[in-house]
Amino acid sequence: MNDNRTYPYYFSLGAMLLYVLLLVLPGVAGILYAFTDWNSYDSAVHFIGLDNFRQVFSGENMYLSYIKNTLVFTVSTILLKTAIGFVLALMLSNAVRLKNMHRAMMFMPAVVPMLIVGLIFKSVLHPDTGLLNVTLRSLGLGVLEQQWLTDLKWAFKSIIAVDVWKGAGYIMVILLAGLQTIPKDYDEAAEIDGAGFWKRIWHITLPLLAPALTVSIVLNLLYGLKIFDTVYVLTNGGPGYATEVIYTGVFKEFSMGRYGVGTALSTVLFLFMTVLGYFVVKWMSREEESH
Amino acid sequence: MNARVMRQLAVNVVVWIVTVITVAPLVLIVINSLKDSAQASSMGMDLPKSLHFENFSVVFEKGKLGHSLWNSLLYAGVSTALCVALCSLAAYVYSRRRTRLNRFSYLFILLGLAMPLNYFTLMKAMQLLHLVNTQAGIIILYAAVQIPLSVFILYGFVGGVPRELDEAGIIDGCGPGRLFFEIIFPLLKPAAVTVFILAFLNSWNEFLLPLYFLNSASQWPMTLSVYNFFGQFQMDWNLVSADIVLTSLPVVILYLLGQRYIIAGMTAGSVKG
Repeated sequence: MNDNRTYPYYFSLGAMLLYVLLLVLPGVAGILYAFTDWNSYDSAVHFIGLDNFRQVFSGENMYLSYIKNTLVFTVSTILLKTAIGFVLALMLSNAVRLKNMHRAMMFMPAVVPMLIVGLIFKSVLHPDTGLLNVTLRSLGLGVLEQQWLTDLKWAFKSIIAVDVWKGAGYIMVILLAGLQTIPKDYDEAAEIDGAGFWKRIWHITLPLLAPALTVSIVLNLLYGLKIFDTVYVLTNGGPGYATEVIYTGVFKEFSMGRYGVGTALSTVLFLFMTVLGYFVVKWMSREEESH
Repeated sequence: MNARVMRQLAVNVVVWIVTVITVAPLVLIVINSLKDSAQASSMGMDLPKSLHFENFSVVFEKGKLGHSLWNSLLYAGVSTALCVALCSLAAYVYSRRRTRLNRFSYLFILLGLAMPLNYFTLMKAMQLLHLVNTQAGIIILYAAVQIPLSVFILYGFVGGVPRELDEAGIIDGCGPGRLFFEIIFPLLKPAAVTVFILAFLNSWNEFLLPLYFLNSASQWPMTLSVYNFFGQFQMDWNLVSADIVLTSLPVVILYLLGQRYIIAGMTAGSVKG
């Protein structure tokens, strides 16, 4: 059978064409434009060397803090979602009543649009009438009340918390699926041998859950670095620049017509994530070949 | 034995608390979407004194939701169908014929799972292709951003369809097109449904792309119009809540109906390890 005729390469060209035209080429062209003074006021584009990158990394502007915030957001949401997701998955993998109902409910926020979640929490975190402060007050915990979204100390933490609320259930489901592939015998054998709860978690569950953990961490990593909707709706970067992340900063540059600096900022993210993606793909293809 | 029962009980209580924390904000919105403006101003968990279903029709009129609803359906529906068609073709060829070129092409597309968009140069590309501020443009763009994940899920599935079927088809005189559409694609249905639901959800929920690439209100999808509505009617939380319910309802229904597929798709690859 002639493979070349049976599985013609042109079958794959549609997907490849769209992918290259709209995802790859703009990214690569961005690297070139990052070295220019491209803006919306002047149709001529001039080469200006490393100026844009100097602006991004000099620390005179706020750009470095956007990058820092993005990294803080990504790392803290990964840690929180993975930890909470793991504990929930462990609980649900035991004999919990109405397990499927709990799982379905906890996963639900993952399918609600991020923008909508932002709007909902704009209400929940409202200092006077918001559900959170009202609940705290009614529990006699009024001292814990905060201006969640406008206080410099709390705004970014609130955004992180909202994102964890949305995403922890998703991670739980991934880890729960992973847990179900681990044969119960291992755990039982270890228990008979006298291994305590923590010992079994550390020496049996976690190592066998490593693939699912890796996937959930990678997913969160790729998601966190591109965060936009939540921040845009909840604080739009404020108070001041306290919660500005890369993509909200990029959108501001775009609105102000400063394409050069914006492209440089995007390019930093592009290079970082594409290199990251390279290793992820390499790991995925090795995983696959071992099967 | 007693300690075991206590532990069971504690675990159940904790799980319930988490479920309540997860669901409470969603319930809050549903309750308030049925209140009048005065009662909703405090956005509390108290039940509506009387049920105001007219909030939904008011939102439809004031927020011009009919238009946005149609736009969202159009964008998500067409882009997803396009994506499923193109990606299953590509995944099929990549998986069946593992030449160096195909292997490279597949991994190259997977790289897109990580690649972030550069909105400046993407705008330029869209302008060159005359796709900015057009419905066709946003549909193609939605399809494009879903390609890497869709190819990934479909590729894994094609491997499970026996090659003997291809051979039988060829012997019976099928050309490559008929072989794929009449024999292979029907067998890919579970994966195609998963990809369809996932891509549909993602497209429905998309906010950033229309924010950049659609500037006329008549072309906005639900997400953009609900955001705009919030800006105009911040005082009327009952209406904002109603708009939120209308925007989320389709995806929540889709989720409840297609839970199995969604969870399978969103956890794809995590368990095989």
